[in-house]
Amino acid sequence: MLKRFILTALCWALSAGIASAQLEIEIVGGGANQVPIGVYPFANESGLSTIVSTIVRADLQRSGRFRLMETGNPVPLPADANQINFGDWRSRAADAVAIGGVSPAANGRYEVWFRLFDVTKQEQLAGVAFTATAAQLRTTAHRIADTIYEKMTGDRGVFSTRIAYVVKHGNRYELQVADADGYGAVAVLISNEPILSPVWSPDGTRIAYVSMQNKKPVVYIQRLDANRQVTLANFRGSNSAPAWTPDGRQLAVVLTRDGGSQIYMINADGSGVRRITNSDAIDTEPTFSPDGQSIYFTSDRGGSPQIYRMPAAGGDAQRLTFEGSYNVSPRISPDGKTLIYVARNDDGQFHVTAMDLAARQTQVLTSTTLDESPSFAPNGKIVLYATEIGGRGTLAAVSIDGRVSQRLTIPASDVREPAWGPFVN
Amino acid sequence: MRLSTILAAASIIAVLGGCSSTPTQEGGAPVQEAKPSTATPGGPTTGTTGRETPNTVDLTKQQPSATGPSELTDPRSPLSRRSVYFDFDKYEVKDEFRSLLQAHATYMSRNRTARMLIQGNCDERGSREYNLALGQRRSDAVKRTLALLGASDAQMESVSLGKEKPRRTGHTEEDFAENRRADMLYNSGNVKEF
Repeated sequence: MLKRFILTALCWALSAGIASAQLEIEIVGGGANQVPIGVYPFANESGLSTIVSTIVRADLQRSGRFRLMETGNPVPLPADANQINFGDWRSRAADAVAIGGVSPAANGRYEVWFRLFDVTKQEQLAGVAFTATAAQLRTTAHRIADTIYEKMTGDRGVFSTRIAYVVKHGNRYELQVADADGYGAVAVLISNEPILSPVWSPDGTRIAYVSMQNKKPVVYIQRLDANRQVTLANFRGSNSAPAWTPDGRQLAVVLTRDGGSQIYMINADGSGVRRITNSDAIDTEPTFSPDGQSIYFTSDRGGSPQIYRMPAAGGDAQRLTFEGSYNVSPRISPDGKTLIYVARNDDGQFHVTAMDLAARQTQVLTSTTLDESPSFAPNGKIVLYATEIGGRGTLAAVSIDGRVSQRLTIPASDVREPAWGPFVN
Repeated sequence: MRLSTILAAASIIAVLGGCSSTPTQEGGAPVQEAKPSTATPGGPTTGTTGRETPNTVDLTKQQPSATGPSELTDPRSPLSRRSVYFDFDKYEVKDEFRSLLQAHATYMSRNRTARMLIQGNCDERGSREYNLALGQRRSDAVKRTLALLGASDAQMESVSLGKEKPRRTGHTEEDFAENRRADMLYNSGNVKEF
């Protein structure tokens, strides 16, 4: 009994120690059309280990779509609509105001309630009560922020999602998973050899990635709730670029086992390998359309790396990029309408670029110049990517209209290869 | 948490055989409208986000491979030279490396149990995955040349490290040139490099 307790405590202590350097997020640009909103402190939250309203405000702020307004610290805090001075908020041009509170419930739990009001109409837009343990207060705050975000923008919030990324510190590489706000990072893989191309399974329970721990690229799948690697593809030659089908049952991978980098399909258990591209060129970076019908990929079959699309079973590929001599790393928005990729311009700068697939119009999204590995948030509104600033590997995020941006860094480390996880149900 | 405490904990864990997640976990999401949860309170591995904390796989405790005396590592032998360098944006083996590759191909044809891993690298900026494929072109080119010169295809595996493991991290032309390279690693006799 004591041994089991010690083992459990040591496991916790070990994982806490490894992940002690947390992602720091800095908002760089502002957006237009921000929703002016006031979020009051929640009643009785100040003594708890998690200050719920602070997390809600930080989430909304970080999205770039809200302008957080001062609420002051009135005593007592408003507990219902009658206690809110809507006239005052209207004169300050606020669109919405939120109030809430925390109170102890049975079994050491807490009840957390919040309400959101339209300032002009003085109407309640949302009201929810949660029961949560102390450990769940943070998740509850993110759910509240998601609800406010959705009510005010019409889009689903991503504050309850997670991100994965690779941290390099000297010769040590870690694949880390953290909350979307950078909190609570845990290393799921620690290695002395490079880790790249992490991709979440559609249900968010597994991550596939490439590891060079065997002195060659091999694709592994790892369940987040298990502490072992499962080899997906270790054929002769290099194995890389995993991409899940939308139903999570198969992956596309790039293998060189038949000579040259080509795209293959493989079942998630490693069985049933079949080749789906057949060129003498490099075909790589496959990614599925959200309906699973098409694969977008990078190929230099035309003499330079460009983005192509083919049926998911393979077949004739259609070229999509025609500007510039280097267009790579295709990703498709969750609604299937926007292609993002990395384009190198004539000055040798690499920018995350968006293409409207219907109109075929392109837009450079970033002002950073060494962009790689873009990843869509599951609501399609933000692109997370890797870049280099001041010689250090940094993650950055930009809104799909290019207006709001953030930087995510870890002190004294290079961060790269981000992957935004799916919605949590 | 002090580093020494973490290291002590790590060694104890290694002896005890690794961590597994606490079987009982908190439910992930809070419940609307005060519906009681049926999950029992979780242990320390729940973490402070109220959601299951992912488990860790730590590969850094593995032992490095050892190497004994061999002509493959004797500095007086051309076999100790293992790198083939490439020009910018080029993936063909230059003539100046032919005699080096002949020496390696001859060794392998005389030692049919010898195995070689050829790792290709590139100096490019840009996509990591596309760079893996570019590095693969270089290792494939070396493998093809060795096969033409007498090595058996079955003895060799060509792979790529892309831009992940540059030998030089500077930005001079000399640094870039050093990274446009394929390396030959051996498993043969005393030498176990992969």
